[in-house]
Amino acid sequence: MENIRNFSIIAHIDHGKSTLADRLIQHTGVVSERNFKDQILDNMDIERERGITIKSQAICLPYKARDGITYTLNLIDTPGHVDFSYEVSRSLASCEGVLLLIDAAQGVQAQTLANLYLAMEHDLEIIPVINKIDLPSADVERVIGQIDTELGLDADSHLQCSAKEGIGIEEILEAIVERIPPPAGDFEAPLAALIFDANYDPFRGTVIHCRIFAGQVKPGDVIRLMFTHASYRVEEVGHFLLTREKRNRIAAGEVGYIIAGVKTVSDVHTGDTITLDNRPCEKPLPGFKEVKPVVFASIYPIASDDYENLADSLEKFKLNDASFIYQKDSSVALGQGFRCGFLGLLHLDIVQERLEREYDLSIILSVPSVRYRFTLKNGAVLDVDNPSHHPDPASIAKSEEPYIRATMMMPERYLGSVMKLCMDKRGANSTLSYTGPGRVELIYEMPLAEVIYDFYDRFKSLTQGYGSFDYDIIDYRESTLALLDILVNGEKVDALSQIVHRERARARGLQACERLKEEIPKQMFKIAIQGVIGGEIVSRTTISAFRKDVTAKCYGGDITRKRKLLEKQKKGKKRMKMIGSVSIPQSAFLSVLRSDTD
Amino acid sequence: MQMAQPGLYIHIPFCKTKCGYCDFYSVTSLSSIPEYIKAILEEISLYRYDFKCFDTIYIGGGTPSLLSCADLWEILIHARNTFTVAADAEITVEVNPADAHPHFLTSLRRTGVNRLNLGIQSFDENILRFLDRRHTCKQALESIEQARAAGFDNIGLDLIYGIPDQSLLSWKDTLSRALSFEPEHLSCYQLSLEDDTPLGRRHQKGEFALPDEDRQIDFFMTTADILEDAGYLHYEVSSFARDESCKSRHNQKYWRHIPYLGLGPAAHSFSGQRRWWNHRSLKQYLIDLREVRRPVEGSEQLTPSQKRLENCFLGLRTGEGIPMQHFSEQHNTPHPEKRKNLDELVRQGFIVIQDGFLKPTRRGLAVADRLALML
Repeated sequence: MENIRNFSIIAHIDHGKSTLADRLIQHTGVVSERNFKDQILDNMDIERERGITIKSQAICLPYKARDGITYTLNLIDTPGHVDFSYEVSRSLASCEGVLLLIDAAQGVQAQTLANLYLAMEHDLEIIPVINKIDLPSADVERVIGQIDTELGLDADSHLQCSAKEGIGIEEILEAIVERIPPPAGDFEAPLAALIFDANYDPFRGTVIHCRIFAGQVKPGDVIRLMFTHASYRVEEVGHFLLTREKRNRIAAGEVGYIIAGVKTVSDVHTGDTITLDNRPCEKPLPGFKEVKPVVFASIYPIASDDYENLADSLEKFKLNDASFIYQKDSSVALGQGFRCGFLGLLHLDIVQERLEREYDLSIILSVPSVRYRFTLKNGAVLDVDNPSHHPDPASIAKSEEPYIRATMMMPERYLGSVMKLCMDKRGANSTLSYTGPGRVELIYEMPLAEVIYDFYDRFKSLTQGYGSFDYDIIDYRESTLALLDILVNGEKVDALSQIVHRERARARGLQACERLKEEIPKQMFKIAIQGVIGGEIVSRTTISAFRKDVTAKCYGGDITRKRKLLEKQKKGKKRMKMIGSVSIPQSAFLSVLRSDTD
Repeated sequence: MQMAQPGLYIHIPFCKTKCGYCDFYSVTSLSSIPEYIKAILEEISLYRYDFKCFDTIYIGGGTPSLLSCADLWEILIHARNTFTVAADAEITVEVNPADAHPHFLTSLRRTGVNRLNLGIQSFDENILRFLDRRHTCKQALESIEQARAAGFDNIGLDLIYGIPDQSLLSWKDTLSRALSFEPEHLSCYQLSLEDDTPLGRRHQKGEFALPDEDRQIDFFMTTADILEDAGYLHYEVSSFARDESCKSRHNQKYWRHIPYLGLGPAAHSFSGQRRWWNHRSLKQYLIDLREVRRPVEGSEQLTPSQKRLENCFLGLRTGEGIPMQHFSEQHNTPHPEKRKNLDELVRQGFIVIQDGFLKPTRRGLAVADRLALML
């Protein structure tokens, strides 16, 4: 155990976490240069393209340190986006130390702080690492200052590197060995292992990723998952090298995997404790939380004959994404589909993209919604995450909506406009603190619904990319709500309905109409779009009819060119959903959440 | 069927000056004409076993009227010697009004050419200049008179509308001047600009704007109104015929999926299943034929769904439309969405179902491409 080091890399998005992980892997020689594919830990194409780690991954790096001893460094990668902060906390709970990576040009950002707090909660050894020192815009001195003043860490403890250029990598590995304590734990105690992730292997079923805190586990043992009380017989245990490496057992202090005939990843909860069925540990490891989706939207196939296909794909998809939930749903306008729950808008985006890319589906997503709570006059309490289940307004005694605590960091000069944005978004109870010269941290309590509605983009553009943002869900608060319906040519399109704050209902109605006018292409007839609240039309706009093609000559016999043009247009049409006789493009459904203020 | 014989198209890739809107292939150096004539004769021979007979020949360009009558005669006679050309074949030559000299036209008539297509484009001097046309308004008017005088009783006039800043009045004036000659055929095109033409580039740079959709439809509807009032048949989006017999037999082959052989650089051919096209380069074209090789640059075999789409968008350009059974056969069991679209299009007055055909109405013709995408 003395020679094991369990650590994570934490950072604000784009500060170079995956690149550093790649360098560490390369340096320890787990993978030959020839087979090296950038950002090994980011398995999925989307992760690589967006540069975001979505799922946690772990890898075991053998490292021969300067003291001549070979250490086992377990790198546990963490998701890098605010939607996935619980997953991050479970990964951190599996470590004894972290590399806190800071971009030399951008300095400390909101997620740097949020991640630091998480690491501190777990009492981890923190090694600040300044990355991208090769950038012309790097300002290492300033970042060192921030480490001291904003992070409250010992500035002398920092390391410098350029993961991209491979500078400073060895020093980082040495620091991991020297400064991060080896794990502690009793081999002989009853098994206690923390699940920090799980993935699905089509041949083996669910592969549980865990950190063993006490005891040991080997094939043949019967394990029990303490939250679900389910028992399974262990088939295989091992370590993560680049691929899974089978071992006879894994024991206290180690990071590894267990395969035990668990059918789907949904049967395994991140943060749950694994113990032995016949010799359970006294109590589960601390910190378990059931992850609940906070953003909901319905998914419909564009072509209704794709429904079965979509059902199959969702089932497969769910195998590997336990935080994604779905159930059957149907819409008057869009037909059969599924109501889905997501951890946040990014999660939603990723699911949509993966369904389209990996499963080759054309889908429509309805307008995303949070989960509202209505107390009816008869005392019943309704949780509503689908506007089409909005109760009769006359029957409602009390309406509530979820609130978040939003933490934003930015240079002081953007404070005014960001505060205005937060007020616009019904923010309340703000606190403001100066974290360093010219830099502020602003905390607001805001309705989650307002953050979904166009907050990220406006925040980013207001702060010209220098602002960073993080949030936690805090509680439900009373609110006055209204149901905004959209009629397209007189026909209600339920997938475009939204539950909105009463005071903003009219403005939202107007904006929705304007966005739809931009998104829905002209068609063969005039299209009227109306926003309706409680039977009253609050907004209206008209899309005039398409009346003339630019019918290029078809002489000279070049039919091929013309046909290719039409084939292209036809492909574009496939991504539109027919509602009544109106084709509505996929993009229209999400567009109603966009305002025009930026 | 009467139209089942293939058509022969011969492309003459020479122009004295290039018009800013035109993206047909041509070169402005005329020095290769003699070699080109040899090459085209060779190319005709290379297809002697693939095509047997034609009942239309269309010599287009470029500017065919830059060739001498002797050259045109040589091409035609070689075609007649190589293939069987129907006795009553429609033989058309495109003529630039600037080249319509009485002597040329008379000789042309004598070579057996029985249809002239005059590239008038406009009777508005400013518009002719904007389009970089080589001829004047006066020449345009005279060319029609000369053609009649030379004995042509089947004349088509090409006109363009939708020029930036063009008033409806100017267009109506051009139309009524054209009508005063009682031409057998009128082609009225909406100006459309390809990016790789001089005018297309100027348009992209924002030097001028094309009429918006409301103006375009005004031009289109006014054109159809005026010409139909004058007794013309609006038988294709841009084509009007004085009566049934005046329809362009050659052009109809393109829309009816009838085979055609296209010769000359950048010319396109169609066998019924396969499309192929020649090099869009006179140089390469001449090299290939010097080496007695077909100057084909590329080809494609049409898949059933491509054929269907073509049938649909080509058929819907014409007043005749597409056969109803075509529509349902090609859908096996017609897709419910397509059927629904069709009903809606009929209800909205874009299509009528008549004598077993889906026929676009005038409003339907204006959006023929859209209709094709919906059906």
